[in-house]
Amino acid sequence: MSTDVAKKSSSLYEQIGGEPAMEAAVDLFYRKVLSDERISHFFEDVDMERQAAKQKAFLTMVCGGPGAYSGKDMRKGHAHLVERGLNETHFNAVAEHLAATLHSLGVAQPLVDQVLAIAEGARADVLNR
Amino acid sequence: MASVKHEGQWYGLDEGESVLDGLLRRGVEVPHSCRAGACQSCLMRADRGEVPAKAQVGLKETLKARGYFLACACQPEGELEVAGTGAELRVPARITALERLSDSVLCVRLRPERAFEYRAGQYVSLLRGDGLARSYSLASQPHEDMLALHVRRIAGGRMSGWLFDEARPGDGVELQGPAGECFYVPGRPEQPLLLAGTGTGLAPLYGILQDALARGHTGPIWLFHGALEASGLYLVDALRALQSRYTQLQYRPCVLSGQERGGLTVGALDTAIKEACPRPAGWRAFLCGDPALVLSLRKKLFLAGLALKDIHADAFLPSSPPSQAGAGVMSRASNASR
Repeated sequence: MSTDVAKKSSSLYEQIGGEPAMEAAVDLFYRKVLSDERISHFFEDVDMERQAAKQKAFLTMVCGGPGAYSGKDMRKGHAHLVERGLNETHFNAVAEHLAATLHSLGVAQPLVDQVLAIAEGARADVLNR
Repeated sequence: MASVKHEGQWYGLDEGESVLDGLLRRGVEVPHSCRAGACQSCLMRADRGEVPAKAQVGLKETLKARGYFLACACQPEGELEVAGTGAELRVPARITALERLSDSVLCVRLRPERAFEYRAGQYVSLLRGDGLARSYSLASQPHEDMLALHVRRIAGGRMSGWLFDEARPGDGVELQGPAGECFYVPGRPEQPLLLAGTGTGLAPLYGILQDALARGHTGPIWLFHGALEASGLYLVDALRALQSRYTQLQYRPCVLSGQERGGLTVGALDTAIKEACPRPAGWRAFLCGDPALVLSLRKKLFLAGLALKDIHADAFLPSSPPSQAGAGVMSRASNASR
């Protein structure tokens, strides 16, 4: 992360578009996961609003936005899903939809790669390894 | 000095401190999680005081209109009073009229004994003298003298049985609320509106419809009212009259079984909606009534492109069987964020 004040550099989050981008991304991303039979059952929630809020928090985190969840939070938060069978395939599917969402918002590939790298960093915690 | 009132107590906030941080610092337990305005765990409602716009970013318009905000993102300039949890005021009211709208639906008119503010489409809890409580949506408009509720007779229903068979004009009741996020917020007069409901789900939709028209909504308005069969429909003539008067309104009474005559659509409600509105992206939807149908419709409309924030769903859950005599249960699955 650049600390050079002379150069005006924005963070990954800012480059992607900040909160407005997350707002636009949520519905797109949520639709994709709900339409994917491999993973939709993990996202079924009678309370769609609450589920969407979680999606937005997740998207914000992987895009380098504020409010980071710790590795421990990620582990705890997904442990019950791991017990229900959450595995690599599902993680990969979600990462796919994450990339597709960012692409449809016009986010440049290098930035998408950075986001995927952050998401990848959470793999072990999410899958409780 | 920036300060916040929470459950009757004032707390001063440090320079730049959020409501959440200020309360936590003083040992007040407030639900929270991401602390970044994304997860909405710290949602609160302001009773009095100015809520900075930054603290409402990401909230649905109906929540914003009611003063909801995110405590972690709220740095008030002055004094802010947060509505206490469960501190709703009960308002006495008298039944003024009981009018059958059909064999199974009763219109109950009430006159509150003091000002009772609400938005067309919200719901209230009706409390009987012995404490029995049930939720009903308001079918009336706030400018009217009296409140109107549409009550369906439920087999063995304690409140509906009382209202249908025993209650008289003049009887006293109490009201609690209003609550619910199913109401019209002006600002996008040309946006197409989809109003869909079953049974007495028509009550809030009727209120919302009239509210939208009164506020000059110009965009197309589609109203789908579903029932198992023709006897389950009501206000048919009134809605046809409205349709004649307002060219932007399309009224579609639907029955699951019966004859397709006199303008009735026969078949599943969601099929009728999908045929009439195949591309709902950009629309606003209000869905009220049977829970399974409301929740299923919400999901289908969302997947078809309607923005989640533009879907207002009010699923009418039946009360759970009473475990003690005299105790009433009010339950609602409105989509207010928890």
